[in-house]
Amino acid sequence: MKKMLLTTMVLVLAFALAACGQKNNDGNNASSGAPSGGAAAELKGSILASGSSALLPLVEQASKKFMDSNKGVSIQVQAGGSGTGLTQVSEGQSDIGNSDVFAEEKLDADKAAALVDHQVAVVGMAAVVNPDVTIDNLTKQQLVDIFTGKVTNWKDFGGGDQKIQIINRPSSSGTRATFEKYALGEKSVDLPGAIQEDSSGTVRKLVGETPGAIGYLALSYLDDSVKTVKYEGVDASVDNVANGTYPVWAYEHMYTKGEPNEVSKAFLEFMLSDEVQNGDVVELGYIPASKMEVKRDVNGNITK
Amino acid sequence: MAQSLERQKAKPHLVEEWVGKIYTLICILFLIITIVSLVYFVASKGLSTFFVNHVNVADLLTGLKWSPDGEPALYGALPFIFGSFSTSLLAALIAAPLSFCAAVFMIEIAPKFGRKFLQPVIELLAGIPSVVYGFVGLSVIVPFFRDVFPGQGVGIAAGALVLSIMILPTITTIATDALAALPKGLKEGSYALGATRWQTIYRIVLPTTLPALMTGIVLGIARAFGEALAVQMVIGNAPHIPRSLFESASTLTSAITLNMGNTATGTVANNALWSLALILMLMTFVFVFIVRWLEGRSKI
Amino acid sequence: MKAKTADKLATSIIVAVAAFIVLILAGLLGYILFRGLGHISFDFLTSAPETIRKGGGIGPQLFNSIFLLVLTMIITIPIGLGAGIYMSEYAPPNRITNSIRLIVEVLSSVPSIIVGLFGLLILVNMFGLGFSLFSGALALTVFNLPLMVRITEQALKGVPREQKEASLALGLSKWKTITSVMLPIALPVILTGTILAAGRVFGEAAALLFTAGMSSPRLDFTDWNPFSPFSPLNPFRPAETLAVHIWKINSEGLAPDAAQIAAGASAVLVITVLLFNFAARWLGRYMHRKFTAIK
Repeated sequence: MKKMLLTTMVLVLAFALAACGQKNNDGNNASSGAPSGGAAAELKGSILASGSSALLPLVEQASKKFMDSNKGVSIQVQAGGSGTGLTQVSEGQSDIGNSDVFAEEKLDADKAAALVDHQVAVVGMAAVVNPDVTIDNLTKQQLVDIFTGKVTNWKDFGGGDQKIQIINRPSSSGTRATFEKYALGEKSVDLPGAIQEDSSGTVRKLVGETPGAIGYLALSYLDDSVKTVKYEGVDASVDNVANGTYPVWAYEHMYTKGEPNEVSKAFLEFMLSDEVQNGDVVELGYIPASKMEVKRDVNGNITK
Repeated sequence: MAQSLERQKAKPHLVEEWVGKIYTLICILFLIITIVSLVYFVASKGLSTFFVNHVNVADLLTGLKWSPDGEPALYGALPFIFGSFSTSLLAALIAAPLSFCAAVFMIEIAPKFGRKFLQPVIELLAGIPSVVYGFVGLSVIVPFFRDVFPGQGVGIAAGALVLSIMILPTITTIATDALAALPKGLKEGSYALGATRWQTIYRIVLPTTLPALMTGIVLGIARAFGEALAVQMVIGNAPHIPRSLFESASTLTSAITLNMGNTATGTVANNALWSLALILMLMTFVFVFIVRWLEGRSKI
Repeated sequence: MKAKTADKLATSIIVAVAAFIVLILAGLLGYILFRGLGHISFDFLTSAPETIRKGGGIGPQLFNSIFLLVLTMIITIPIGLGAGIYMSEYAPPNRITNSIRLIVEVLSSVPSIIVGLFGLLILVNMFGLGFSLFSGALALTVFNLPLMVRITEQALKGVPREQKEASLALGLSKWKTITSVMLPIALPVILTGTILAAGRVFGEAAALLFTAGMSSPRLDFTDWNPFSPFSPLNPFRPAETLAVHIWKINSEGLAPDAAQIAAGASAVLVITVLLFNFAARWLGRYMHRKFTAIK
């Protein structure tokens, strides 16, 4: 009885303290993360941004900075997947729809036409293999052979005698669409026995643990637990993506329905400002849209 | 006498009575509206695949290939249906004998220790969140299976094993209640005739409590059938009917969680996922009716 | 002799199985706690999560879980009690009542993911509540209600008939009898059931992925005005709960210590659920003692 009371008291106390700790943290953030003072002070309103979970960390972090310097603005960021984000912005339930893919790829043409695209960052993707696989370069044709099931053993490519285990993404995944379009140039096949995971963390874990595994990850997820392979002899690096020699990348989009209102516009401009582009974007492992020397349209045509 | 009673029932009482009656009625109506709208919306979304997008019902139910972005787009949900049934049935197959033993232990062999120790343990199993089960499954069971059996560790076997632990409490609780409710005379009669404990359990207890045990098993299957996250983490999610228990497979729930957020509302791919949800919901209803039927039998 | 050997064999198998189950749970709990406990510190429980740096905590998620639980219970308990009272006391014993009971049963077995999808369709999109605590609480209400109804109904059925009849004979109205005589007697059972149901809310993730969302905005713990967008008490903000956070960090975590955070958060979640279980047990026993005057 007394013990229970004590526990309750401790819990209550913990929460009171938690509240204080939280406040302190925020204070620190505000003072260390230099707020950009440029925006107009009288900006007032609220923004709802929803969609891609891959873009969530960036938008969340940028929105916090934006709100620090614009006290009258509140931005809510929600994650529920690219498809959900596009649906919500196109039906007017949110102001900004975050997406990993072009709206044209998910929505009907007339709905997509009503949306205005703001490309805020670029994500590079790389094929990764289990560290025990001795291969360190794969050509486009080799990748196609693997992901369509024509080649099932690493020894065919000069590696050890080890069965290839594909860790793919579900067919609705934006990451998979990008990889198929720019690395394979064709649709991959859902092979029997292939594993499908939607989340980068799980893909990395499974590629790292499963002998002979191959998968693909955004550059920000690469670490020592998996081995990154070159694509057609080109390293998957930020510079190579930016100068156009490494082709497997995609834009991160923030869509608005029609032209954005004043607040959304200010926020989107902030997203594209040097402060965010060279700060948070790089820090979180994306590639700044401003750094890109090449441009790409929805059909994949590249212009310098 | 009657008149004085009449007078005692002054107005405040009547008002109170009506307020109570109406309040509780509103509550129950809210409940009914909830379930009706749930069924209505899931059904209308799920059926629009067939009526708006003109996907053939038979193709969806028996098709072997799921490729919503293929040319032509194919919506064969049989692999998912197969995956759901095989994991949940296998899970019940693993959990049922364990549960029965646990129940027998608690009621027949060591009632004191069982009630005091084993029952709380089993209730705790019920309280562990499913995300944690999935997490443990992915970090322990999958690597273990990968090392011991051919394959990558993920698959129906891993899914069924995780599910079997999750549904163990459901089946055990019902089995225990059934054993405890058995009339004493039945067992005592058997013992008096010189039967051993096992003979009594095997020949008297098991047959009489069978319908109740089945109820527990069906409820367990129903729970396993609807479980989403824990299964999705360990099953591998390939949209194919696997060739072995240790090959990547999919269930209805894992297909829904993987793809729902990535597809835009109103598209065929999204509607097809709602059709999967509809199948899931209808199966749940079937399970509930089976349970009802079994309960009806156990009363006789 | 043979029957006796069989008996001994069967008994030992059954005992072994029982021991095996205890072993599974001990292993499971041991594994979760062993991996997670080392990471739990005061700082971990109170600080905000980090996206890419080490040392993020689970403070907001823990708060969200508890707040969501409170919201859900505020909605569930009055409706659940009311519906339970109706089923047990007012419902005429006919076909309609029977089918209502069937409906409750059906609702209680609807998979949580379907409830989540329903929430996404109706609450998030159609009613425009967005991914918010309120949507999450309503979705959780949908699958907690039938449980609550059944608990209440059973608890009220368990009240001795004599007590109910004595109260009615004293001239109390039926409603008064229910609220002042029957409910207090049924309270221990109802409370125990409610706490166990609450534990389920705490661990739920599938339904919340689609309703309460996977993002947790910055919370200003000095701002307790429920209408301010940064207030922790604002029910219309998106909120990631602890269970969802484990799911997210396992799947998308970028922080270098994501695995430890997931392990730590799992341990916290399990400990909380254990506390709920113990609280339910203890409270049930305590109330039972108090009301039945058994020393």
